[in-house]
Amino acid sequence: MTTTAGSVPHGGIIVGKPKWRPLESEGNLAMLLLLPTIALLLMFIAYPFMRGILLAVTNSKVGIIGDFVGFENFARLLKDPIFHAVVYNTFLYTFVTTVFKLILGLWLALLLNRDFKFKAFTRAFILLPFIVPTVLACFAWKWMFDPTFSVLNWMLFKLGVVAAGAGVNWLGDGDLAMLSIMIVNIWRGVPFFAISLMAGLQTISPDLGEAAAIDGAKPLQRFWYITWPLLMPVTMVVVLFSVIQTFSDFQIVYVMTGGGPANATHLFATYAYQLGVGTGLLSQGAAVSLAMFPLLFGIVIFQLMYIRRVETR
Amino acid sequence: MSSVQIRDVRKSFGAFEVLHGVSIPIEDGAFVVLVGPSGCGKSTLLRMLAGLENITSGTISIGDRIVNNVQPKERDIAMVFQNYALYPHMTVADNMGFSLKLRGASADEISTGVRRAAEILALTPLLERYPRQLSGGQRQRVAMGRAIVRDPQVFLFDEPLSNLDAKLRVAMRTGIKELHQRLKTTTVYVTHDQIEAMTMADKIVVMHEGIVEQMGTPLELYDKPDNQFVAGFLGSPAMNFLKGKVTSNGAAGFEGPNGVKLPLASAPASSEGRPAVYGIRPEHFTIADDGAEAEIVVVEPTGSETQVFAKLGGEQVVAVFRERHQFNPGEKIRLKPDPALVHLFDDATGKRLNA
Repeated sequence: MTTTAGSVPHGGIIVGKPKWRPLESEGNLAMLLLLPTIALLLMFIAYPFMRGILLAVTNSKVGIIGDFVGFENFARLLKDPIFHAVVYNTFLYTFVTTVFKLILGLWLALLLNRDFKFKAFTRAFILLPFIVPTVLACFAWKWMFDPTFSVLNWMLFKLGVVAAGAGVNWLGDGDLAMLSIMIVNIWRGVPFFAISLMAGLQTISPDLGEAAAIDGAKPLQRFWYITWPLLMPVTMVVVLFSVIQTFSDFQIVYVMTGGGPANATHLFATYAYQLGVGTGLLSQGAAVSLAMFPLLFGIVIFQLMYIRRVETR
Repeated sequence: MSSVQIRDVRKSFGAFEVLHGVSIPIEDGAFVVLVGPSGCGKSTLLRMLAGLENITSGTISIGDRIVNNVQPKERDIAMVFQNYALYPHMTVADNMGFSLKLRGASADEISTGVRRAAEILALTPLLERYPRQLSGGQRQRVAMGRAIVRDPQVFLFDEPLSNLDAKLRVAMRTGIKELHQRLKTTTVYVTHDQIEAMTMADKIVVMHEGIVEQMGTPLELYDKPDNQFVAGFLGSPAMNFLKGKVTSNGAAGFEGPNGVKLPLASAPASSEGRPAVYGIRPEHFTIADDGAEAEIVVVEPTGSETQVFAKLGGEQVVAVFRERHQFNPGEKIRLKPDPALVHLFDDATGKRLNA
């Protein structure tokens, strides 16, 4: 018996052609579900990033498309004394604030992890600096640091530390301005550390502390030998997030000092903004913000490797 | 090694009292098991002994020192936790050596101590592993190793076997008992499992709702429970209880549910007509022509013995026979309790009535 393609053999069973159901394939469905995310990532991360790279290798200014100039912008940065200060400032700012945020946050987390009255209320209250819009908070801080109307200077005057009219010029002096923005950054960042570390502390079984107490550990030893190493993975993740955020900080500096006085408080983001938008040198601004990338990338890789090592132990 | 004295100890959490005056003398080198249903206060008592909970009133002494206000680390005790509480970031060796390290022992002393304990518990090949790389039974042994290394005055065990599977539990039970016979360290062991209590203890303390119901050797408690709670708690299958009243037309007897007549060796003085509870262990029934008629409901052969569930005077009872009878559900048999082994309890208070 012979059959031809498409015909049904005599006495055979007619099998209906299966319906076309593309979504029943896992691969197709996955692609469909991922599509919105991929579109968003492309639009808001990949495109600006590529655009930044393209800008950085041209000499375009506002209104002028410009020509390809290779690495000329980066070469210029290497010789730019302000850029040198920016690199120094950013590392100092990130390092000092992260250390303080970690110490204060950990201290708060350990306190909040105890049992006390109004525990839930206090925990929520601690989050306040984190919830207030940064720009608004920074304006309030700017007032507090104001040389004439400053509540800080008023307090110092009342305490007899400074004479009337001779208040500290918080934001007018380079070092003090750096100190001031660090204080604000720490104030804003501590709640994030405190809450995240507290969440980490709660995953540590209280039995371990009790076992250590019976083994003969004093409270400080319990912290050092048990709590701290077990909290390390959470700590590293929190520090990682904080470093990324602080390294690319913009709002606090922009609102409080605008990078001044005399460029003393410029960080990568504010300097890039000032060059690119403030003075219209788009390509140089792009080069500054891209210069941040390899440095940040290095820090992140280092920390991720450390986290992986801690977690696989 | 030390004796432990618990004298009139009470514990309140806020206004809620969970221990109502508990006194337990523990001899030097004894293996004492605190047993009772959950919520009876046995774990709280153990934690007070360890110094992890404050003592509301009363005293606890270890040796001849009252330890009410002594920090856990100063009490010279070691505790094995239910979930083992091994330090997850330390190797087995570091876990076991931690207390020695805190004590300021030299690296040599630590490694000698750890190796000695590891040999006792067959942990030597596992010393460099981390707790998460171990099975449940191995973790349990490490927890015990951590306790042994310290060579403490008292071992405290808080339900150490309840996270293990049944077979391992039986093996570890023997292991712990063997260890105690070898080290002879005073041990306080908390469990809710009456089999563990019976098999391991020199002395059992049965606790219930914050009081000590009875203490004594396992067989004392089994043979002569002070009250209905202890009688029902120890033994598996549990003791049968039948409500009724004491009779004495001629000889002593007992009238059970629906008028069923049960034998009694002797009635307590002036107890004629007194409402009481008749307790008889499943293995103290025999099949006899002068027994009470019962209807078989379910037969469960376990191989070594046969458990027979039957209706006696309308109440379900269980009887255990070591010899092999041919029983079928629905059949009538005559069950006779051994009069000498009958327990009689007060209907209202549950207190033991017969001697």
